Amino acid sequence: MSEPLTYSDALLRGILARVSTIAMVGASPRWNRPSYFAMKYLREKGFRLIPVNPRAAGQTILGEACHGDLAAVPGPIDMVDVFRESEAAGAVVDEAIRLKDEKAIQVIWMQLGVRDDAAAARVAAAGLEVVMDRCPKIEYGRLHNELSWGGFNSRIISSRRRKVRIA
Amino acid sequence: MSARDNDPGKAAGAAATHGFETRMIHAGTQPEPITGARQTPIYQNTAYVFYDTDHAASLFNLQTFGFIYSRLTNPTVAALEERIANLEDGRGATCCASGHAAQVLAFFPLMAPGDEFIASNRLYGGSITQFGKTFKKFGWHCRFVDVDDPAAVRAALGPKCKAIFVESLANPGGVVSDLEALAAIAHEAGLPLIVDNTMATPYLCRPFEWGADLVVHSTTKFLSGNGTSMGGCVVDSGRFDWAAGDRFPGLSAPEPAYHGLRFTETFGDMAYTTHAHAVGLRDLGATMAPMNAFQTLLGIETLSLRMERHCANALAVARFLESHPLVAWVSHAGLDSSPYRALAAKYLPAGAGSVFTFGVTGGYEMGVKVVEGCELLSHLANLGDARSLILHPASTTHRQLSEDQLAAAGAGPDVIRLSIGLETVADIIADLDHALARAHEATRDAAE
Repeated sequence: MSEPLTYSDALLRGILARVSTIAMVGASPRWNRPSYFAMKYLREKGFRLIPVNPRAAGQTILGEACHGDLAAVPGPIDMVDVFRESEAAGAVVDEAIRLKDEKAIQVIWMQLGVRDDAAAARVAAAGLEVVMDRCPKIEYGRLHNELSWGGFNSRIISSRRRKVRIA
Repeated sequence: MSARDNDPGKAAGAAATHGFETRMIHAGTQPEPITGARQTPIYQNTAYVFYDTDHAASLFNLQTFGFIYSRLTNPTVAALEERIANLEDGRGATCCASGHAAQVLAFFPLMAPGDEFIASNRLYGGSITQFGKTFKKFGWHCRFVDVDDPAAVRAALGPKCKAIFVESLANPGGVVSDLEALAAIAHEAGLPLIVDNTMATPYLCRPFEWGADLVVHSTTKFLSGNGTSMGGCVVDSGRFDWAAGDRFPGLSAPEPAYHGLRFTETFGDMAYTTHAHAVGLRDLGATMAPMNAFQTLLGIETLSLRMERHCANALAVARFLESHPLVAWVSHAGLDSSPYRALAAKYLPAGAGSVFTFGVTGGYEMGVKVVEGCELLSHLANLGDARSLILHPASTTHRQLSEDQLAAAGAGPDVIRLSIGLETVADIIADLDHALARAHEATRDAAE
């Protein structure tokens, strides 16, 4: 078994602050699937989520048209979120690398439990940022103190007053 | 080896970015962002306003983080949960009304009627009664075994067995469990090791470092520290694979109350703690009060200082008693005479706690008179208080047990339990010395 991956809070915070459009490969139209949970949450946090799933192409998920592959997504994509099993991740990664200039892709993020070290090396060689075996929903929640509401260990130690929007 | 290497604070949590003492003050409690309040607010509040129906739906579906109703989660209780999870180096924690509630909550996702688990026969008497009698009404069956005997533990395993449960440091007997060996036996059988870490606290012992999968606490004791607040906690390491082999369908099978959601698939290493709130507390309802969470947060801020003094005072009292002519034996794992000395050195290097037992010459009657003869030590059924406490387990906390169970639990008729507090140690020793002398005179006069 490979060593657990470590990413600094600053790195993850930076990515989540920088990207705004996320293509979610493997997004499901079924409301009780984990990908739907993550897509719904990240939309509520102000990200634009574009679903990609050949089996749901032409359908609408949470108000967004679902596309059959990354190439079919119109306009730029800041980050590709790979919501597929590890065995399928490499092909998605290679498609994203191929489209990196055309779609202005900056980050390839593989979901919690998804890991392909060889694919990650190809991403790095292509000059993009890569994260594996993490969920952007969980990391966003952790870094913004929301994970703590459920009794989880965020590992964050800070006496700084966090800036919050007061509507 | 530097002095720092001996510091349990620095050794805690390979992944932790700060020392134990820093985390016991700061973990889980950043400044409240709206007002800037530095101390954790007491959210004496039942329910939380939704932005709109879609937000409410997201919360009820577990699709977003947030508060619905304080039976499930409350911000003050959540701060305590994160702090304990951090100190144990776990993934998440679930606080509840008491240590006994924590034990029900810990087993609830794992057990179905007809299932079994293995527990040490030296557990705290209240746990033996809960597991052996009350759990039977749920169809949960406990096999009590001598966990010092690996062959006995293995022999008690079976297809219906779902967990092994021990105390890191047992109440009341000065008994230390071989956590690493027990974790290996549990994992060979595909089972989690559950450790009651109440008596040691995460300052003295961190069971996850030795392979345990779940930790339970009575936070009423050393964590709150002043005898003010009832509470319990279940901490999940996040490392046990609850989906393997479909052995724990409560966590891995579709959950009808959440429209077929599978906790292990949806929440990964957060599945156990999410389930403990969203199903366990939702339906068992043994919620911790926010005020008690606040008191316990305050207590934990001084945990390391208190535990150092608790341990030093207790060892001094144990050594005094061991040399006393009216004392037959002392069971404290930090004494050279203890059969658990080596295990204590391994698992409790900073001290073997402050709760231990001793036996007086003259048996039951003498024991009762010593308890009644104390002026400074309080005669009551609790432990882990700033005050020194004294108790006769056979007539109080362990009185539901049979004679065999009393002997196994180290709570026979001549046994006195002490929970040594933070007073001037010479005063504690003088009080016990005086009580022993007076009890001796009284029993001698009665015999004449």
